[in-house]
Amino acid sequence: MDYGWIEIAVAAVFLSVVITLVLSRGAGWLSWRFWRNAMVVSSTVMILVLLWLSFDTAAQTRPGGERLAPWTVINHEIGLKWNPEKRWQEPVIGEETGFFGKVYSPEEAYRLVEKGKLVVQSRNCMECHTLLGNGAYFAPDLTRAWLDPWWEERIMPMVGAQSREEAMRTWLMNPPQYPQGKRRMPNLGLTEDEATALVAFLKWMSAIDTNGFPAYFGEMQ
Amino acid sequence: MTQAVQSHPKLYESQKLARWYFVVAITLFGAQLIFGLIAAYQQIDPNFLFQLAPFMTNRTLHVNAMVVWLLVGMMGGVYWFLPKETGREVVGITLAKIIWWVIVAGVTVVVLVYLFVQIGPAQWTTIWFINEGREYIEAPRWADIAIVLWVAIFLFNVIATVLKSRRITGILMVLIFDLVALGALYTAGMHFTVNITMDQFLWWWVIHLWVEATWEVLVGVLMAWALMYLLGTSRRLLETWLFIEVALVFGTGIIGLGHHYFWIGTPEYWLGLGGFFSALEPLPLVAMVVHAVYDAGGHRLGAVNRPAMFWVIVQAFGNFIGAGVWGFMQTLPQINMFSHGTQLAAAHGHLAFFGAYVSTVMVLVYIAAQNLRRPVHIPLNSRLWGWAAGLLILGIIGIGGAFTLSGFTQTLVERAAGGSTWAAYIQGYTHPWYANTLWWRFGFGLVMLTGYVLLVTDLLSIGKRAEAPKAVPQTAAVATGGGDV
Repeated sequence: MDYGWIEIAVAAVFLSVVITLVLSRGAGWLSWRFWRNAMVVSSTVMILVLLWLSFDTAAQTRPGGERLAPWTVINHEIGLKWNPEKRWQEPVIGEETGFFGKVYSPEEAYRLVEKGKLVVQSRNCMECHTLLGNGAYFAPDLTRAWLDPWWEERIMPMVGAQSREEAMRTWLMNPPQYPQGKRRMPNLGLTEDEATALVAFLKWMSAIDTNGFPAYFGEMQ
Repeated sequence: MTQAVQSHPKLYESQKLARWYFVVAITLFGAQLIFGLIAAYQQIDPNFLFQLAPFMTNRTLHVNAMVVWLLVGMMGGVYWFLPKETGREVVGITLAKIIWWVIVAGVTVVVLVYLFVQIGPAQWTTIWFINEGREYIEAPRWADIAIVLWVAIFLFNVIATVLKSRRITGILMVLIFDLVALGALYTAGMHFTVNITMDQFLWWWVIHLWVEATWEVLVGVLMAWALMYLLGTSRRLLETWLFIEVALVFGTGIIGLGHHYFWIGTPEYWLGLGGFFSALEPLPLVAMVVHAVYDAGGHRLGAVNRPAMFWVIVQAFGNFIGAGVWGFMQTLPQINMFSHGTQLAAAHGHLAFFGAYVSTVMVLVYIAAQNLRRPVHIPLNSRLWGWAAGLLILGIIGIGGAFTLSGFTQTLVERAAGGSTWAAYIQGYTHPWYANTLWWRFGFGLVMLTGYVLLVTDLLSIGKRAEAPKAVPQTAAVATGGGDV
């Protein structure tokens, strides 16, 4: 889109005010009629602006588009790179390494991430965790969970796994067996297939360009 | 006008239905407090009911009970005032009664499933019959369809009654406009997409555009009518204020939606747009305070219903502080990058829902309580209501304060200093500044529960006591400027 936020904001407010003034000629600014018009006009203008921006947003947030990685990102290494101009982190996609020792085709990758999303919803993850910062704040944010150093530092040796995805899958299938901190995650009865799909979903999500959220991920101690 | 009491001494069928709405609303309020207390205790002792009824189950019931009871309470308010505003029985009242009992049965089934089934396998059957796993709107898809049907019948009741009465007031105009939007927006939450960014994008159309737009306007409508009833303020004045509020709520709140689009994968222009418009969202809330306080002062607080008038003032300030101040505190992207998804959001949620919506339903419930018993006491008063209100307000301030402190700690320790990882998260919630406030939450939750028990006791007895001043409705209400009962 060729417009910045200031132009959009000024245009929306300007249109609301001018159309109200034109429609309310002859009515005092403290009158019933003036404010009835203001209400209808400002609501209509803002709804139209929202619809327009929604189409633009939808176009920019297609997987494989400007801001979201394609489903096949699960076959690749993912990292975060500091953008010195914006001063926030951006995801970077590295070389193809496979996922659980396999390279998924676009169709297979989509099916797997879709299954993972169904796991997220059917196990009500957001009523403890946050995803993209939205949820219940009782458990860690999962936006960048795939990139969390904790998996390799703590969980891999604990569950005896050879790779990050294997560590995640084993841990997720029985979290109370490997408690981390005071709060424990219940056993949500994930099957091996479900746990694999969930790890794929988390990996795909970690490559979303979130304008730098959460800040300085994994860079501090 | 008070003549309404005389000319129509019996309740309209619609008002009898409203009574059931209020009974269910207050019952679910109790359920919300119980599940909130269990969840609060699980923060202190995470082993409490672990596996049997984990935090996620109690939290789901806590927030879902809240959404349903507040909506039911406000809809009850509409069924209460609609026949008074239009001067006739609500059209389609039989249909309204049928769908109401269907919804009550449906809510019971949903609650039992949340409580005892909790989760399901990663299949469509879970989405359709157990829960959708989307915070606040977990209701399984079958229940979504029932809810849409319910709102559609409600809309039909309102529109058909207004058309048949051939009387359109400013209040009714705004009400219809708002309900159409409210109903349509719910359907934005009834879909499944793998793309979590678009999932959250449309999820906010329900959550934000309900709570920060259409619900705020519904509250404006209900408050305008309540002020007319309580103080006899002139309709012209109230409606002009209502229009100003709606112009500002929709003018700022619709694009203010952008403050939820900072970090979910949506384009960068939302940082500026969301920050700018949501920073202006407190404006209509200031307007509401000015208008309620001005009206009350203009009538020297001489309302026909003391508890309802008190809750009007609580609503005005509570909405401004909880939604306005606590919202503004974290709405600019420069702070939100660190505070988003922390306990600070929960602090804002608790204070805003109580200030804006709980107090609105309290106003409506007390107005109904006044008119459900004969003779009608004017002014309505009791010893208990003040204690009930005081404890509820003290409780929510304590809870909000505790959440705010843990929110600041989480923002600084986990996010700003810790780098937002799993390890940093544990550092955050085990920090003494965070952990110590968990007891406060629970303690103030008990204060709220005590207030709730007093509230229920009061609602069951207010206006019944023999020593309460006997009403001579006409003169008393005219003297205090009382309006449309």
